Amino acid sequence: MPTALDDAPAVKAAGAPGPQGVRRKRRRVALPYLLLLPAILLELLVHLIPMVAGLVMSFFKLTQFSIRDFSSAPAAGLDNYKFVLDFNAAAGKSLLGSFWISILYTVLSVGFCWLFGTSAAVLMQKDFRGRGLLRTLFLVPYALPMYAAVITWSFMFQKDTGLVNDLLGTDSFWLIGDNSFWSLVVVSVWRNWPFAFLIVMAGLQNVPGELYEAAAIDGASWWRQFRAITQPMLRPVNQVLLLVLFLWTFNDFNTPYVLFGASAPKEASLISIHIYQSSFVTWNFGLGSAMSVLLLLFLLIVSTVYLGLTARRRNAVV
Amino acid sequence: MSEPRWVPWARRFVLGFLALFTLIPLYAMVSSSLKPLGDVQGTWEWIPTTLTIQPFFDIWETIPLAEYFVNSLVISGSAAILSVVIAIFAAYALSRFRFRGKNFFKMTVLSTQMFPGILFLLPLFLIFVNIGNTTGIVLYGSRLGLIITYLTFSLPFAIWMLAGYIDSIPKELDEAAMVDGTGQFGALIRVVVPAAMPGIVAVGIYSFMTAWGEVLFASVMTDSGTRTLAVGLQEYSTQVQVYWNQVMAASLIVSVPVVAGFLLLQRYLVAGLTAGAVK
Repeated sequence: MPTALDDAPAVKAAGAPGPQGVRRKRRRVALPYLLLLPAILLELLVHLIPMVAGLVMSFFKLTQFSIRDFSSAPAAGLDNYKFVLDFNAAAGKSLLGSFWISILYTVLSVGFCWLFGTSAAVLMQKDFRGRGLLRTLFLVPYALPMYAAVITWSFMFQKDTGLVNDLLGTDSFWLIGDNSFWSLVVVSVWRNWPFAFLIVMAGLQNVPGELYEAAAIDGASWWRQFRAITQPMLRPVNQVLLLVLFLWTFNDFNTPYVLFGASAPKEASLISIHIYQSSFVTWNFGLGSAMSVLLLLFLLIVSTVYLGLTARRRNAVV
Repeated sequence: MSEPRWVPWARRFVLGFLALFTLIPLYAMVSSSLKPLGDVQGTWEWIPTTLTIQPFFDIWETIPLAEYFVNSLVISGSAAILSVVIAIFAAYALSRFRFRGKNFFKMTVLSTQMFPGILFLLPLFLIFVNIGNTTGIVLYGSRLGLIITYLTFSLPFAIWMLAGYIDSIPKELDEAAMVDGTGQFGALIRVVVPAAMPGIVAVGIYSFMTAWGEVLFASVMTDSGTRTLAVGLQEYSTQVQVYWNQVMAASLIVSVPVVAGFLLLQRYLVAGLTAGAVK
């Protein structure tokens, strides 16, 4: 049964058997739940109930005709899943295509974010003139509202008026065709690497300075110190950072939506864009839900495996 | 530690590259917002030939930007305040009590952060529409609906971080207050809240930023009366032309509140963010 962690002395004395003590005890038992109640109700309303509803919806034929009264929607059984997982048909093919695009996008974006963030954080460990200013500058893309940043990039990517073509001396389309995928990656890296920088920087602050001092006395080189101290000490931070970046990037909807508008080119159609289009553009909520559930399953499996692997490695090291 | 000779060069090269990469879009935004329409419609010029502040006046006329600004302010502000208040209660419960279901609650709240927004979007849309049809409480298309949605987005992180903050406040302080005659609740309000203020401010900023920058739910859950900046800014593109100078001026205007808040309070926010991430 719930108990208060630490009873204050005064309360403890009053908590002796007796009607008043019992009542007070009951109130103290209920208190943590009362304090959590608003959070629980809201999480239920916005996250948990919709998730269950989404799961249920994926087994019904929910189109613009049945959406008004969705208790009357015809059951679909596993039809929605069969439909989107039939990789020989058009729907399955385009879902699979989006999936691979999302994977490649995630690997590239997370990789560069991590690389830029770690290099900057490590190289800025030593104090130099202008370090504070540079640190502030690096954090601006992270503070900027996402759509303002992405709209600016879409301006820069314009064919005739954009600065990208001017800078590269090219005359290409960047927002349609094959290039659109690379544009997406660049924008996402620009926006997210500061987060990696921030987290790695914080991780470095937790490395005790004595470790470096001791290593320096032992005559360890800069590179050796990096390999033997910095890298292992950063491992737990990196594990969390990479998982968070993976989930954000893989689920990313905002970057392509603002960069390309509601209809992203197929070369840059990430999975969330794909689901959005089949749900809100073609009004097939049943299919959209089935794809969302599949996406969730995929993320759950990847996260579980990842957490399992990193936990085992942690245990092996310690 | 003494560095090998290549390290300072690597530092200059890498940091220089990253500084340019970061700066160029910021420069494009600021410089284009100061150009007349004709100049942003021609080939890109690094140094503006004509400087004008006219776009900063025009942005309010071309689209109802002021209205969107107010919508965004009300929605993000309310979401931030409510999220902070609810998180303080929940974090206090998690930090000071042992009770059944505590770990389950922690795990559930954290795992909701992992799920793709697109997964909630469709059902939440239908739930809001149905609540409206059956009870008359208008959530779909109203500010209230977005406020509730956004506050739950920042809630998990807010609870997580504040619980960590409150853990670091000695329990003896609450106990002393209770000896002095205030109840548990009084101890929370009079002792814990003031002591956790830096964390509370950081969480508030984070919640505000989350709501201010959200696009997906804003584009589905709003109508013409409740549209936020995230959606409204796209209206500078018409069939005929895009008012790029005004787009850039408006982007600058909507960025100022969050960037200023972030830079002013970055110490708190960074400490809080990283405390959560590193733990």
